[in-house]
Amino acid sequence: MSKQLQFKLVLLGESAVGKSSLVLRFVKDQFDDYRESTIGAAFLTQTVTLEDQTTVKFEIWDTAGQERYKSLAPMYYRNANCAVVVYDITQPSSLEKARTWIRELQRQADPSIVIALCGNKSDLSARRQVSEEEAKKYADEEGLMWAETSAKTGEGVTEIFTAIAKKLPLTAPPSARAGAGRTPTGARSGVDLNKQAPGAKGQEEACNC
Amino acid sequence: MDEEYDVIVLGTGLTECILSGLLSVEGKKVLHMDRNDYYGGDSASLNLTQLYRKFRPNQAPPAELGRDRDYAVDLIPKFIIASGELTRILVHTDVTRYLEFKQIAGSFVYRDGKISKVPSTEMEAVKSPLMGLFEKRRAKKFFEFLQGWKDDDPTTHQGIDLDKDSMKTVYEKFGLETGTQDFIGHAMALYLDDDYITKPARPTYDRIVLYTSSMARYGKSPYIYPLYGLGELPQSFARLSAIYGGTYMLDKPIDAIVTDADGKFVGVTSGGETVKAKQVIGDPSYFGAGSESEGGKMRVVEVGKVVRAICLLKHPIPGTDDSDSLQIIIPQNQVGRRNDIYIAMVSSTHNVCAKDIYVAIVSTIVETDKAELEIAPGLNLLGPIHEKFVSISPLYAPTTSGESDNIFITRSYDATSHFETVVEDVQDIWKRVMGSDLVLKKREVEVHE
Repeated sequence: MSKQLQFKLVLLGESAVGKSSLVLRFVKDQFDDYRESTIGAAFLTQTVTLEDQTTVKFEIWDTAGQERYKSLAPMYYRNANCAVVVYDITQPSSLEKARTWIRELQRQADPSIVIALCGNKSDLSARRQVSEEEAKKYADEEGLMWAETSAKTGEGVTEIFTAIAKKLPLTAPPSARAGAGRTPTGARSGVDLNKQAPGAKGQEEACNC
Repeated sequence: MDEEYDVIVLGTGLTECILSGLLSVEGKKVLHMDRNDYYGGDSASLNLTQLYRKFRPNQAPPAELGRDRDYAVDLIPKFIIASGELTRILVHTDVTRYLEFKQIAGSFVYRDGKISKVPSTEMEAVKSPLMGLFEKRRAKKFFEFLQGWKDDDPTTHQGIDLDKDSMKTVYEKFGLETGTQDFIGHAMALYLDDDYITKPARPTYDRIVLYTSSMARYGKSPYIYPLYGLGELPQSFARLSAIYGGTYMLDKPIDAIVTDADGKFVGVTSGGETVKAKQVIGDPSYFGAGSESEGGKMRVVEVGKVVRAICLLKHPIPGTDDSDSLQIIIPQNQVGRRNDIYIAMVSSTHNVCAKDIYVAIVSTIVETDKAELEIAPGLNLLGPIHEKFVSISPLYAPTTSGESDNIFITRSYDATSHFETVVEDVQDIWKRVMGSDLVLKKREVEVHE
């Protein structure tokens, strides 16, 4: 029997490195050259099916621009199972920024978080300023996954998300682990405000698996 | 920062964040700033380092309290009443998807020297020591009257006019004892003092209905609470605002509120730069709260003081069946005061502290110049107190409505046990800022499968 697991994935990276475009490509297989900064769509989901028929559902959190003035809320990192930290291969400063985000994740997020460093805009390799070697070396030192992607052409996009899915602890459902949870479909012991059930007692939401 | 905004919001407390979120959803261009480098202002939840920095600047948190990051200690003790307006806003804005809620396990009331559970079911009511047998019958008739009330059916009114008759008249009609009145007015209608008794009964009726429907919704108590503390609430609404285009800047000291010759709002100066906007909304601390009047004009006034003692315990509160979370109300009459004393307690079940620690906040409205003594009846119920942080906070209210100068100031967080007055403030400010009532529209679903 196949199983479905859900994980919270957060996106990080300097403004305009293509975080939202990367997700748009992954989730809807679309690309928009003149995409404005993120408005109104900061919570997407996409499912990846692994070879053993396990399906991994990513609940993807976009920064909604709150990273721009260092104003991301701790809530953003809370219970994140994985993070994609994006830089732009044509902007060396964006890799520096990525390093800062990675330090922030190591400080704030759950220690078991899976982090992928992602060099976006590989279609612009003619203007490359960050070498593959440099980024890979850093990723190896920090124990991060690493890949280059192009949200524009789609190159490497599905691959990096699939690689993350494979690296997640698929043996135990995330909601069973300490600190995880807050997933719309996962098992949880809290109350569901969206359920209108006046008069009902003990609204414990049951696991739907 | 040379852009011009519709609204600048100052401070990221819950009131400001709800307004910011709703305004952004409405399509307003919002700039939201806070002088602190964290979200929440007075409604933040602090980790141990932040807590000690605030109350004991010269002392590091003791290691035996556990990991810093396990703590999220609320500064303002409030719960969410399950069927209240905040719940409605949370659901309508879909902000619930960022949050997880748990019940508060019990609601207790102090009477004649001991605490008893506020009955949550008929069975508990029958067994409750709060009323004698005959009083229980009278109370039953009273509650049946309230439950059966229909505005358009005079046969359900039993000769009472909720809009004209005082609550005193209603109590007398059903022959309820003073102790029962205390219980109904304070533990259910959640009034802080007895002023309501001589006023028309309608608001009390509404409050009792809110309480009982909230109680019925999840069972154990009328309250729910967000995991990781109340500080999650402003963060979630800030995210809502950001998703709809709101710009966020933390760690921005505000140097001046700029007005024109007529005193109308022009912009906000921060770090030598002035950002312009049509309107400004902010908490009292950005408008001269606690300082001398600004250019002869007082924008906020102190309307009272609340004393709050944040207590860390290493045991559940005695006599509460080891509840992992609770509210205890000490009605004013029971301890010879004008205002009730509240105890709000949460624990590691709510991911707000290390395991085996219990965080209880005792609070009341200050009546004398010895505020800390006033909460002693509450502190005495806690058992040994491991650590205690006491603060006395002035409550501020704006002196003007903002309609003439486009400066809209929110109210400080009051001594009530829930957020209903916060939502009233939101609705009130919305109406003044937008010129129309706040109507909650269901947010378009943005989850893409």
